[in-house]
Amino acid sequence: MMSALVEFRGVGFAYARPAERAGRAFAMRDVSFTIERAEIFGVVGPNSAGKTSLLRLLTRVLVPERGAIMLDGCDLATLRPWELARAVGVVPQEAPRPFPFTVEQLVLMGRYPHAPRRFFEDATDAAAARSAMLATDLLPLARVPLDELSGGERQRALLARALAQEPRLLVLDEPTAHLDLRYQAETAVLLRRLNRERDMTILLVSHDLNLAAELCDRLVLLRAGTIARVGAPAEVLEAGLLEEVFNCRVVVDKSASGRPLVQLTYERG
Amino acid sequence: MSGAPDRGVRATGDARRLALALAVLGGVLLAAGVVALFVGSAALSPAAVARALSGRADAASVESVVTLGLRLPRVAAAVLAGGALAVAGVGFQALTRNPLAEPSVLGVSSGAAFGVVLAQILGLQTGLVAAVGVAAFAFAGALLAAGIVYVVARAPAGLAVQTLLLAGVIVGIFFSAAITVIISIVDFNRLSGVIHWLLGNLAPLPSASLALFAVLAGVGVWLMVRHARELNLLALGEEAATQLGVDAERLKRRVFAAAALLTGTVVAFTGPIGFVGLIVPHVLRGIVGQDNRLLVPTSAVAGAVFLLAADTLARNVVAPAELSVGVITAFCGAPFFVWVLRARARPA
Repeated sequence: MMSALVEFRGVGFAYARPAERAGRAFAMRDVSFTIERAEIFGVVGPNSAGKTSLLRLLTRVLVPERGAIMLDGCDLATLRPWELARAVGVVPQEAPRPFPFTVEQLVLMGRYPHAPRRFFEDATDAAAARSAMLATDLLPLARVPLDELSGGERQRALLARALAQEPRLLVLDEPTAHLDLRYQAETAVLLRRLNRERDMTILLVSHDLNLAAELCDRLVLLRAGTIARVGAPAEVLEAGLLEEVFNCRVVVDKSASGRPLVQLTYERG
Repeated sequence: MSGAPDRGVRATGDARRLALALAVLGGVLLAAGVVALFVGSAALSPAAVARALSGRADAASVESVVTLGLRLPRVAAAVLAGGALAVAGVGFQALTRNPLAEPSVLGVSSGAAFGVVLAQILGLQTGLVAAVGVAAFAFAGALLAAGIVYVVARAPAGLAVQTLLLAGVIVGIFFSAAITVIISIVDFNRLSGVIHWLLGNLAPLPSASLALFAVLAGVGVWLMVRHARELNLLALGEEAATQLGVDAERLKRRVFAAAALLTGTVVAFTGPIGFVGLIVPHVLRGIVGQDNRLLVPTSAVAGAVFLLAADTLARNVVAPAELSVGVITAFCGAPFFVWVLRARARPA
């Protein structure tokens, strides 16, 4: 039997300096779950439940204090930085501003882990960048500075950079946070296509429960650094559990595609 | 490559662009070097200079002494110092993600100068061993000053632009005051020429010192070129760079050390010459773009051209007297700094 692509084994973590989190202690305790190959896996939960920490642990920006994270059967801690970056591509929420490079230069940065010692990118790198820009419909904007793009275009450029990495796992941190409805829909379609056509495994970290429900095969719901539940969207997005975790009243309906649809109820009192 | 025009990806053209830029700048440097050798406060005919350069003049003749003993080492020092300072500027700018960061603005030059003055009162005056010692003190002073600026300006969200510049100014003032204290209390004869040196002075160096200068500057530039691609990725932020496989902590340490080495070396051999690291990279960004792989090597050559031109001006503008080259760069640099600052403040 093939192992899962990613496995969290009893991962525990606490921020060393609580001062950096404005005095609020945060700890992640005994987090275990797997991400299977070619699935779209969602991470949801309230603010400061540990979504971002989980992403940082998976990309080794943070290192677990307990337990281990396995990638393709290898302990993450044993990988060289560029080996990890070849396997895991991250689409961050935002690029810094001002950012001095063009779309094409940004996308080519995704090629770094494939040849960290190479000074200039070669034809293979250029081809990978081109195909990533083609997939995200960015070829006409290749020479445009990132600072001149709209929010949606910037988001696609960051996605293209991650695609140029040709990762086995694509991680998206709030992919639609800065997008209007049309680009939200386009992003969702693109992610689904990448998943189906290239069997790409996708990890989606999102505030948006309905986007996660619509796109993901399975979800993990986090609560204060622990797992509240893992499973198919219909199992995880249950009114009772959500009310307990988010501490507010919700109604769970069914969307047009038969997935759970979470709605807030604004009751007085 | 495929026959179809590869619209949208020009990665493979960058090597050609770098070679072209270096060839052009190299030509300009050569021309500037020739001009610098032929002009000066000593009235020498071009024919006499040519005789000295080709070795056909008597070694004790005026033309030989002036051309080979004074002008040639001075040209070499200007080339080395200019290249090193410009590359140090690119390094500090990439590290802090701030185009105004530069050795003199950040107070790093003052820290290095303090190290040099300290080395001099400890008796390190002449000879190659003393030169190594002075360079080591200057490097330590540069590291100390840059470290203080970094600690002062560090905030949870990264380095704030204004805080960084203010911290640099304050650290610069502090080390300048420390130098003044030393000059005041130490016997003046032991600090001969220190005032002139503090203004940035390309006095002729013995060839052993020039060789040491070249080696140290070469190491610094080489380190910076080697990490140029990773410095591009640092523009994404440390976390994103880490997620692309860059060891961000190691990169920052190395570039920091390389920039301090370049600054310290220049200060040890020529005194604190300001603003080269600000002006040269800024002008080059308008020509070769923001890519550090193009910017670092071209800055090395363009910095050499700039300082050579500034020094040739310093030697001739008030002839037969001479200005310190640092005066020229400060006169150009201070207004330039204000201009860049205001251009940045303007909403895009």
